[in-house]
Amino acid sequence: MIRLERRPTSSKAWGAASPLLAVALTMVAGGLMFAALGKDPFLAIRTIFWDPIFGEFAWYFRGQLLVKAAPLILIAVGLALGFRAGIWNIGAEGQYIIGAICGAAAGLVFYPAETRLIFPMMVVFGALGGFLWAMIPALLKVRFGTNEILVSLMLVYVAENILASAAVSWLRNPDAVGFPGSRNLSQWPAAANLELIEGTGAHWGVMAAVVAVIFAQVMLTRHLIGFQIRLTGAAPRAARFAGVRPARLVVLCLGVAGALAGMAGLFEVAGPAGQISIDFASGYGFTAIIVAFLGRLNPLGIVAAGLLMALTYVGGDNAAGNLGIPGAAISAFQGMLLFFLLAVDVLTNFRVRIGARKVAPFSGGPG
Amino acid sequence: MKRRTILAGAIALGLATPAFAEDPLKVGFVYVGPIGDGGWTFQHDQGRLAVEEAFGDKVETIYQESVPEGADAERVITQMALQGADIIFTTSFGYMDATNAVAAKFPDVKFEHATGFKREHPNVSTYDARFYEGRAVIGHIAGNMTETNKIGYIASFPIPEVIQGINSAYLHAAKVNPDVEMVVSWVYTWFDPAKEADAARAMIDQGVDVIMQHTDSTAPQAAAAEANENGGRVFTFGQASDMSAFAPVPRVASIIDDWSPYYIKRVGELMDGTYEQTASWGGMPEGEVVIGEITDAVPAEVKAEALAMVEAITAGEYHPFTGPINKQDGTAWLADGEVADDGALATMDFYVEGISGDIPN
Amino acid sequence: MDLGAISPTLLIASLMVAATPILLAALGEMMVEKAGVLNLGVEGMMIMGAVAGFIAAVEGGSPWLGFFTAAMAGAGMALLFGFLTQVLLSNQVATGLALTLFGLGLSALLGQGYVGIKAESLGRVDLGWLSDLPFFGRVVFGHDPIVYLSLVLVAAVWAFLRFSRAGLILRAVGESHDAAHALGYNVLRVRMMAIAFGGACAGLGGAYLSLVRVPQWTEGMTAGAGWIALAIVVFASWRAGRVLIGAYLFGGITVLQLNLQTAGARIPVELLSAAPYLVTILVLVLISSRAGRGGDAPADLGKPFHASA
Repeated sequence: MIRLERRPTSSKAWGAASPLLAVALTMVAGGLMFAALGKDPFLAIRTIFWDPIFGEFAWYFRGQLLVKAAPLILIAVGLALGFRAGIWNIGAEGQYIIGAICGAAAGLVFYPAETRLIFPMMVVFGALGGFLWAMIPALLKVRFGTNEILVSLMLVYVAENILASAAVSWLRNPDAVGFPGSRNLSQWPAAANLELIEGTGAHWGVMAAVVAVIFAQVMLTRHLIGFQIRLTGAAPRAARFAGVRPARLVVLCLGVAGALAGMAGLFEVAGPAGQISIDFASGYGFTAIIVAFLGRLNPLGIVAAGLLMALTYVGGDNAAGNLGIPGAAISAFQGMLLFFLLAVDVLTNFRVRIGARKVAPFSGGPG
Repeated sequence: MKRRTILAGAIALGLATPAFAEDPLKVGFVYVGPIGDGGWTFQHDQGRLAVEEAFGDKVETIYQESVPEGADAERVITQMALQGADIIFTTSFGYMDATNAVAAKFPDVKFEHATGFKREHPNVSTYDARFYEGRAVIGHIAGNMTETNKIGYIASFPIPEVIQGINSAYLHAAKVNPDVEMVVSWVYTWFDPAKEADAARAMIDQGVDVIMQHTDSTAPQAAAAEANENGGRVFTFGQASDMSAFAPVPRVASIIDDWSPYYIKRVGELMDGTYEQTASWGGMPEGEVVIGEITDAVPAEVKAEALAMVEAITAGEYHPFTGPINKQDGTAWLADGEVADDGALATMDFYVEGISGDIPN
Repeated sequence: MDLGAISPTLLIASLMVAATPILLAALGEMMVEKAGVLNLGVEGMMIMGAVAGFIAAVEGGSPWLGFFTAAMAGAGMALLFGFLTQVLLSNQVATGLALTLFGLGLSALLGQGYVGIKAESLGRVDLGWLSDLPFFGRVVFGHDPIVYLSLVLVAAVWAFLRFSRAGLILRAVGESHDAAHALGYNVLRVRMMAIAFGGACAGLGGAYLSLVRVPQWTEGMTAGAGWIALAIVVFASWRAGRVLIGAYLFGGITVLQLNLQTAGARIPVELLSAAPYLVTILVLVLISSRAGRGGDAPADLGKPFHASA
């Protein structure tokens, strides 16, 4: 029989090879699906994975990859810190929404002032909004031991309701004759999250993501707090003996993740999205969880995972538009990619053995 | 990029039309929902198919479903322009800013935005339909059909287009039945079958026997059908598409959005070089608002009156907002014989006299 | 405002219908979580149940075939999740989210040809004179069979967990998989069975949406019901009876909100629709401060298990 045996240390070779294997498997399975839909599978795969980077209009789509990847990476880096320490913030979507609302509201108070000081202030308020929203599960966990997975998830729905009310009432654009949605921030120079270099897609959020990745990488590998995070995740009891204060770690991890998610929301609302609208929440906060795991909770891995996810979105949309592949097939395709990535990951930590077990650790049934 | 150089050459040679016989005009459509929504997006896609049928191999259409409003919309529209689309129809209000932003970058491509009001560049046109004309007709039928004197209106968002519909339907229902009461339920969604079904059930439970909807799913029709199977007497109207699966009861008529005349007209104009920037607001005269078959559940004389109203509106002889009409608080809005101007309609944010309750804001 | 127009009889009857999909899904998820597994893919399993049930009911002409197929489809999705998380030991949170994404896409793909058509629906059970009783006739005896099935299932799950040996083993696996393994129980098998049961329940809940409550197939029709089911499990602090209360409360608030609006009451819609989530958080805080750290959650919830570990 086939069984799995835990490796003494994770395999570096498989760590690098498994994502490639997963992408290859997805191409085969996805190709079969596209063929079943009567589309040319090779053309579809090329449109999704190749054309946005190297195709005719790559000069445009490369920038769009950054626009799409930046919020995912920014949120995922923050989440990964907590996930490493065993702190499960799955409500980044809510923190992202609240950050966007706080930042946008703070800016709109001063509308139509023309000073570039407004944008940095909005960034601060965006981060603060996300931070405070994340403090709710953090403090409840510290004070009452409440499960942060569930509280942070519930707060996503509360945030979505706040978003709906902001879009249709108190942040609504007074000049838009009753239509829902706030003023367009990206068209107000004082508040706009502009591209740093025209045409590259690289707005301030991309910069922030780069800074966050470097910061997180240094912190995890060089700083005491990084060590404490890794220790707590690996051996909570040992961490306590080593002087780690779990409450402080919970507040820190959720706080950083919340602030980064809030900032991501602000950069999105002041740039690519442009306004607070009912449909502003596009699921970045949930997708970022997947990105964090695909990147193996490692800041550099998250960059790669974020860019790969962005590629499936941008390339997938192109395939839908150019080849007439139903949008539904594209999301099924993304789901497949995630399944394969998660599935082959097992090879990093386990060895596949064929044959009978040599030594059973317990006398129980073959678990 | 080859295609662009050919085009540049064609213009240099003095050919006014952007399309050759062997080079079909590329028409793009951006949809907010899936084609299978059975309502709003479905009807736009019917319009796309009508364009294909009308022009054959002289056009090539491309479309994309379920495009989220915001950053993704801008990318999708840009992508269509890059792929060489000559004209792009963006079919949701939320695409307004994205459409204008992309239009700035592609001055040679024509952009048509549905239901919006921003035309920041010469290559952006807007178009919408006078759905309130259809509401007047079904309001008339509703006022005649109700026995409980309670008619329900499942409303999506408190925006002028929806408020026009509520007012128009109420005015014409009250005209034939002064005792009629209008029950409005705001569901804050264009499309959520479960919620729409619940809203319809809540109305039926409270004695509403005619339900109109300004949301896109057929769920309220199904809820009414179920109530009728259990001994109820409830009537509904199809919205956006015909919803004929629920005829003859509960669906007794429908308001159909027919975008094909507009799409065919604009694509045709682009082909023969007469295309100009417009802010179109067509209705029954243009064939954009159509009343679906009125079933035999409606008494013959009511049906005849409804058809007469359709005819009068189509001929331009009757405007659904003709005074005297007062606002909800009793102040005068339109004097006797006065007709509402388009500016006032496009920003309508009040109920007319006789409707109770507040518009949420 | 005319609150007299709201009939309590009809209100209760319609909230029972509105709550049944989330009740079924939450009940299944509770079993999964009791076995120590957190499956966030409820939404994906529900929507697959909704589409599979609808297709089967249309093609086979019988709503019962639809419900059966939906349960199988939900269980199939769940086993995919089980294979990834239990055998290949992938992360449960990420896999659950991926399952939802996959389910939403695949269901839309499968359902393309089934938009806008009607399927054979379930009638109400006719219980003769019982159904004609005032109040009770409509509230207690005037429903379709699935409403009763969901209530029976609540009782069955309660009794299973409380009295049966298998239920005891399931709870043991959820509290400490290492201890259960040491005692000779097959943790993997127990968890896979719980996961499949959870998926089947979610599938039934989805089919109730597409075959009874709405009833038709439209893309994305679950519209977040799966997430609400997850909230209810927590709200109920992993007890079958409280899942019932939670589901009827959540279902009830939507129905009550629409009824109040129809009756002309002026209530801020956003506040009311956020209320269930705020109440859930409050309940969480209360149970966790009472029961000490961790509250009533199964101790090994969400933790991976490998026999060699």
